[in-house]
Amino acid sequence: MSGLTHLERLEAESIHIIREVAAECRNPVMLYSIGKDSSVLLHLAMKAFYPSLPPFPIMHVDTTWKFREMIEFRDRLAKDLGLDMIVHINQEGVEQGIGPFSHGSAVHTDVMKTQALKQALSKYQFDAAFGGARRDEEKSRAKERIFSFRDANHRWDPKNQRPELWRTYNNRIHKGESMRVFPLSNWTELDVWQYIYREDIPIVPLYRAKVRPVVERDGALIMVDDDRFDLKPGEVIQEKRVRFRTLGCYPLTGAVESDAETLPEIIEEMLLSTTSERQGRVIDQDHGASMEQKKQEGYF
Amino acid sequence: MNIYANFKMDEVDDTSEKFDQFLHEQENKGFMRLLTCGSVDDGKSTLIGRLLYDSKMVFEDQLSALERDSKKVGTTGEALDLALLVDGLAAEREQGITIDVAYRFFATDQRKFIIADTPGHEQYTRNMATGASTADLAIILIDARRGVLTQTKRHSFIVSLLGIKHVVVAINKMDLVDYSEEVYEEIQKAYLDFAETLGFSTIGFIPMSALNGDNVLNQSETMGWYTGKPLMEYFNTLDIDAGDDTRPFRMPVQWVNRPNLNFRGYSGTIASGTIKVGDEIVALPSSRTSKVAKIVTFDGEFDSAHTEQAVTITLEDEIDISRGDVLAAVQNRPTVTNAVAADLIWMDEQAMALNHPYLIRLENKTVPGRVTAIDYKVDINNLQQLAGGDDLALNEVARVQLALTDRIAFDPYELSRSMGCFVVIDRMTNKTIAGGMIRASLDTASNVHWQALDVDKQARASAKHQKPAVLWFTGFSGSGKSTIANLVEKKLHARGNHTYILDGDNVRHGLNKDLGFTDEDRIENIRRVSEVANLMTDAGLIVLSCFISPFRQERQAAREVCGETPFIEVFVDTPFDTCEQRDPKGLYQKARAGEIKNFTGMDSPYEPPENPEVRLQTPGHTPEEVADMVIRYLDDNGFLSP
Repeated sequence: MSGLTHLERLEAESIHIIREVAAECRNPVMLYSIGKDSSVLLHLAMKAFYPSLPPFPIMHVDTTWKFREMIEFRDRLAKDLGLDMIVHINQEGVEQGIGPFSHGSAVHTDVMKTQALKQALSKYQFDAAFGGARRDEEKSRAKERIFSFRDANHRWDPKNQRPELWRTYNNRIHKGESMRVFPLSNWTELDVWQYIYREDIPIVPLYRAKVRPVVERDGALIMVDDDRFDLKPGEVIQEKRVRFRTLGCYPLTGAVESDAETLPEIIEEMLLSTTSERQGRVIDQDHGASMEQKKQEGYF
Repeated sequence: MNIYANFKMDEVDDTSEKFDQFLHEQENKGFMRLLTCGSVDDGKSTLIGRLLYDSKMVFEDQLSALERDSKKVGTTGEALDLALLVDGLAAEREQGITIDVAYRFFATDQRKFIIADTPGHEQYTRNMATGASTADLAIILIDARRGVLTQTKRHSFIVSLLGIKHVVVAINKMDLVDYSEEVYEEIQKAYLDFAETLGFSTIGFIPMSALNGDNVLNQSETMGWYTGKPLMEYFNTLDIDAGDDTRPFRMPVQWVNRPNLNFRGYSGTIASGTIKVGDEIVALPSSRTSKVAKIVTFDGEFDSAHTEQAVTITLEDEIDISRGDVLAAVQNRPTVTNAVAADLIWMDEQAMALNHPYLIRLENKTVPGRVTAIDYKVDINNLQQLAGGDDLALNEVARVQLALTDRIAFDPYELSRSMGCFVVIDRMTNKTIAGGMIRASLDTASNVHWQALDVDKQARASAKHQKPAVLWFTGFSGSGKSTIANLVEKKLHARGNHTYILDGDNVRHGLNKDLGFTDEDRIENIRRVSEVANLMTDAGLIVLSCFISPFRQERQAAREVCGETPFIEVFVDTPFDTCEQRDPKGLYQKARAGEIKNFTGMDSPYEPPENPEVRLQTPGHTPEEVADMVIRYLDDNGFLSP
């Protein structure tokens, strides 16, 4: 233990991991989801290589159902930072008209997110992909390695993970195999918010409370972000002061009623909150081990 | 550096002083990593669940999931089964055991904690070692009914082996021994008796009931005789500062930062010590010295930097430093050597074999190496030293001698984890198969630091106006390796390049005349050839090597011996039948007649390259055409431009 504070230690550890990948992997990519964890991850990459830019591209897998404000934010940030941003969309899915309203959350997520990600990784032959996942998010994530091996089918085998000791990360793979790398593994949700606050990192305005048009559906508040929203009989669009604790496809992301506009207010609200952050995501609630199954299938 | 000028946030994020103060306190918390050791039966998951629950890390939705799961698979009747908060993977939840390393988070007002939760079964020694490698404090769980068991000793030994200095013994399930002070004292005495030799700096003992929460967060009311701290307070107040910052400066170089011609920095995480602008440093293993010009970070230039900080350092002189080197204090240098004594924990089903080529992964560098001897094994159940033997099975621990093909800079593990740790990687499967702790150098000359040679490889190569490289021709006997290599050499010579061919004719009669054609001898043959090729490229030459070199692993080893020198594997892909028809030296005929044993393609295997840089399909082409393909590859890839 040194004189650094826990945030400084977390930052240094993440930078170390990001540099290892840049130095050792042939063709890495940073996956960017536009959410707050991605914002932190990208910020750490900017810091890790300064005065150079990150020596790898940034990639967003766009399901075509993200909030409009997310896409605007993404494009502006990539331009301002001078980054090489790849946007990948599963065109087959688009041609088949796959969407959360018509096909349900499971099919939509599988085709437009999981399959799209695999497609993109294969297309560009990336041998390592950074993700912003944290071990505190969900029980099965707690066992994930920082350097997480994926076979040629992008599958994760939780029973056959490489031991990971010290900072001696083993990134060796055969052709076709790949690594997922999680530099934020040891961060908690509170750490992420504190760091955003300390470093003045921009976040999508959807995290801040504002009056927005929402519909109550299955106990969740879903925002009407564009005219693709399929309003069901009896459903009413209401103007409510809401914000989002997590961001994804707008039809699958529940808002919470809130007055928290500023970062300190958001952090305060988070500290007083009694529900965990992923509750806003519809896909995690199916049954006990659903996230683990998704990961084995190649979901990030 | 403000990179977000267009995202105006300041005005919206003004805050009240009160909350600012709170955030500031949060930011300045200390940090500690814990390891829990114990078996399922000791109530380990329950203790961790209790720590999370009592420190309010459990959210309402998780709690309702817990209530649901407790009813379905719980083992605590009507009460919440806190262990279910912790046991993550579906497979193990069904088996009722944890099977891997999981990391959990909680915080108090003073510190933030990460717990590595590892299972206690013997076959999972590797998981415990994994968790222990980064921990500051170990919690050893003992079931009060059962006392100090073999597993307790095993866990404590691994904890000590991995360099954890602080241990707290949690004597759990006191509720099942009537909260007896006598039982507590007996266990304390038994533990101290055996732990004497393990070298811990502090050992604490806390009687508790994780199930009921006694002495976890709050002082137990039922055990008034215990006047020490409850566990959480123990965590909060233990002084674990290892003083790394006062040790000599070390920074393993991770990445050379070169955004443009005017900036050359070395990025890395400081393993120990402090560095200031103007300090004299030495780069190892080259032994070149310089002074720190700047300490560059995104947040501005620093005057000094400390242990654990990730920084970029620029130097006053242009000296050749690359990833894998270590920057160190000039007056107090790490040891530089290519042979070490180390403790090894074997983590793979496939046993370790003496002299088998492995990869040794240090914090910033991978070096090929072999275990040349096992000094002794340790019975982790009673800490007895056992005779060495020549293999090491899963979960066995041994003191070994390790020979490396490259020199490394290290500090003994007990002084610096970063500078003394390594893992072993299998070349073929890429699995991590062992963890190791360097204890000492075996090379008596290792503390004599090499005089940095001013005429280096680059200088010699530039005198020849060429880039050194190895062209490694592989293929069956009679496939045309030597014919093609001779033509390539002529063409290179005509262009003014300085080349040399290594083949059986000039190596087998002299350097390697003691070697035959068994697998072992073939491996040694290729090993020597690769070392010679490496020396020749160091002299600035372009080397063409022509050997059947049938084994993938040996070709890979040759590539690694050559380090950063371009290594171009040329697969002369002539089918076996064609080679046998050609039979230029009559060898196939002799082999068919049984006069030659171990003939590649007949009774000895050939493993074709999977991704050769150049593949030459010779049938249908003249040797001249094929040689031109090689030259074209070299041209296209810039090897022949000076």
